[in-house]
Amino acid sequence: MSEQTRPDAHVAQEAAPTTQEARDAALVDQPTAVATTEAQPEVVDLRRGAFGAHDSGDTSGYGGLRRPVVMPAPAQRPLDGWWEGLAQVLTRVLPEDDVTFEAAVEKIVADHGELTLYVRREYLLPVARRLRDEPELRFEICSGVSGVHYLNDVGRELHAVYHLLSITHGGRRVRLEVVCPDADPHIPSVVSVWPGNDWHERETWDMFGIQFDGHPALTRILMPDDWPGHPQRKDYPLGGIPVEYKGAEIPPPDERRSYS
Amino acid sequence: MSDQTITPDPQARPRTAAEIDPYGLTEAEGPSSGRVFNVSDYGEWDDVAEEAAALGEERIVVNMGPQHPSTHGVLRLILEIDGETVTEARAGIGYLHTGIEKNMEFRTWTQGVTFCTRMDYLTPMFQETAFCLGVERLLGITDQIPERVSIIRVLMMELTRVSSHLVAVATGGMEMGATTVMTVGFRERERILRVIEMITGLRMNNAYIRPGGVAQDLPPGAIDEIRDMIPLVQRGLRELEALLNENPVLKGRMVDVGYLDLTGCVALGVTGPILRATGLPYDLRKAAPYCGYETYDFDVITRDTCDAYGRLRIRLDECYESLGIISQTVDRLQATPGPVMVADKKIAWPAQLAIGSDGMGNSLDHIKHIMNNSMEALIHHFKLVTEGFRVPAGQVYQAVESAKGELGVHLVSDGGTRPYRAHFRDPSFNNLQAVAAMCEGGQVADVVVAVASIDPVMGGVDR
Repeated sequence: MSEQTRPDAHVAQEAAPTTQEARDAALVDQPTAVATTEAQPEVVDLRRGAFGAHDSGDTSGYGGLRRPVVMPAPAQRPLDGWWEGLAQVLTRVLPEDDVTFEAAVEKIVADHGELTLYVRREYLLPVARRLRDEPELRFEICSGVSGVHYLNDVGRELHAVYHLLSITHGGRRVRLEVVCPDADPHIPSVVSVWPGNDWHERETWDMFGIQFDGHPALTRILMPDDWPGHPQRKDYPLGGIPVEYKGAEIPPPDERRSYS
Repeated sequence: MSDQTITPDPQARPRTAAEIDPYGLTEAEGPSSGRVFNVSDYGEWDDVAEEAAALGEERIVVNMGPQHPSTHGVLRLILEIDGETVTEARAGIGYLHTGIEKNMEFRTWTQGVTFCTRMDYLTPMFQETAFCLGVERLLGITDQIPERVSIIRVLMMELTRVSSHLVAVATGGMEMGATTVMTVGFRERERILRVIEMITGLRMNNAYIRPGGVAQDLPPGAIDEIRDMIPLVQRGLRELEALLNENPVLKGRMVDVGYLDLTGCVALGVTGPILRATGLPYDLRKAAPYCGYETYDFDVITRDTCDAYGRLRIRLDECYESLGIISQTVDRLQATPGPVMVADKKIAWPAQLAIGSDGMGNSLDHIKHIMNNSMEALIHHFKLVTEGFRVPAGQVYQAVESAKGELGVHLVSDGGTRPYRAHFRDPSFNNLQAVAAMCEGGQVADVVVAVASIDPVMGGVDR
């Protein structure tokens, strides 16, 4: 096996600082002030009304209510703790692949103590490979990919979310989020970087219809081979039948009142 | 059936089941206009037939499962065999897919627990805890969770870990023909299930842990019951060890079988006992503690054999460590009285239930309060139970060390009363990918041992 395909090669050998604090401090060189443009939080949807009535019948008086659904705002550099070090290392090494950090990472979100890098899909592979291979980063395990379908975020409907784990560096985690439009649902496969993502990408194809280019055998995994559609997309119905309970008819879950 | 397409329209709501028939769609009409991949897309059948003819009549492809008793349910193993040697092994899954993740998007955050507890039905407490920890982080109430709640969660998770490991050892033994291992393992598991049933009311599918706390405090007598149970289970474990550890037949079947080294584990993202059998002491309870695991005294068990035998020994030793944690939690529970639900009444469901005259679980004090004393409280209760609480928009990934490895929950909220997306990274799903690496080149009989050493539970794999 070549060095490149052995993600664990340094797990045991690297003499790492003993405490997690020392490890995290070692990653950051100097807090740098990077001029970034004011990034806007992502608006993924617009809520209408208050009680989930989407047809004519909202008599509550709240039918005209309009509230945008806003995901957490992007973070500004410098980031906190070892996150800044991660961004610095990527900024340093990505040009070796003819990519700049700014080109590859469209935005960074730091929320709930977790770092999310929104990676442009054309640069996913170099970023993934660097995150795995750089000794200071060494995210040698990918805990899979999970799809999210934002039906009304036009042009950015499908998100593939990767969760990376670095055992070498004491269990650090980072999340990669890759966006593709519904009209062109293609994202490069990272199976060549993390072979364990094979089934996870098949599941995301099966459930969301994201095509992972370069995957060795992108077939359905949970649904039957001839199943039409991708069940976990938001435009795919849940289905169900009404149930009688104590004389009353309970509608199927997707037809019950929802609270928007 | 209408002839309109289902291209997403920002103004349109998702159409309901009554309006479209998922079975009736053609590919062009389907939600995705992309190509649907079939097995037959990979080469023309003529080529397949030619290849089969060229390889001669010695090439046999055997479908082991999905109804084979040694596959823990509905796992389908597709084995290409040459005599007794497996030349290619692939796992086919999906036979138990029930759409749990999709269903969770149509229930409140609290109701989500009743779904995710059914995924890996041998480790319900881990799914419940991981989900609730994730919801609590999205809500930002992790610091407000009472101490007693965390202790009870640790207690329940460790009880579940022992019972899951006992099933792994018991069914693994049975698949090799050692029925006594099975009876002893299930007998000891029964003691644990009795405790779990006493606390939660159910043996499995408990839905006991809730966002913000747990459904119920320990009933009177539970502490004594657990204290009595621990030495009995320890004795049963010693019995299993005496039966297994140096058994020449068992070692002949398990040593060096199902080999997967550290390189293979890391590349395939394999965690849990399989990873620890390669000598890497990676355990999320130590690496990224949750529920206060950093305050408990226990060891991470490792072996360096990388084989099925090492995994068996790790599971047995981890049972002792878990029983040690259980006795620590019992001491703490006696010293830590307190509520078992977060104080915020906008999130907390009534948590102290008793069986009412209608046979349902009721919280009598709570009913008295909402029915007799306070109209406001009644409104709040009604809103909380029917509408649920709102969770701020955002996403989290919460991982816990399940009996089988890293169980990760990816939760996305759009600020509503239901999960926008709930994805479970089940350890069995990931670990089953190692079947090919473990089985190819070995014998057919070793496939059974290797799969048993992965300990997959198809409820979790297929969700």
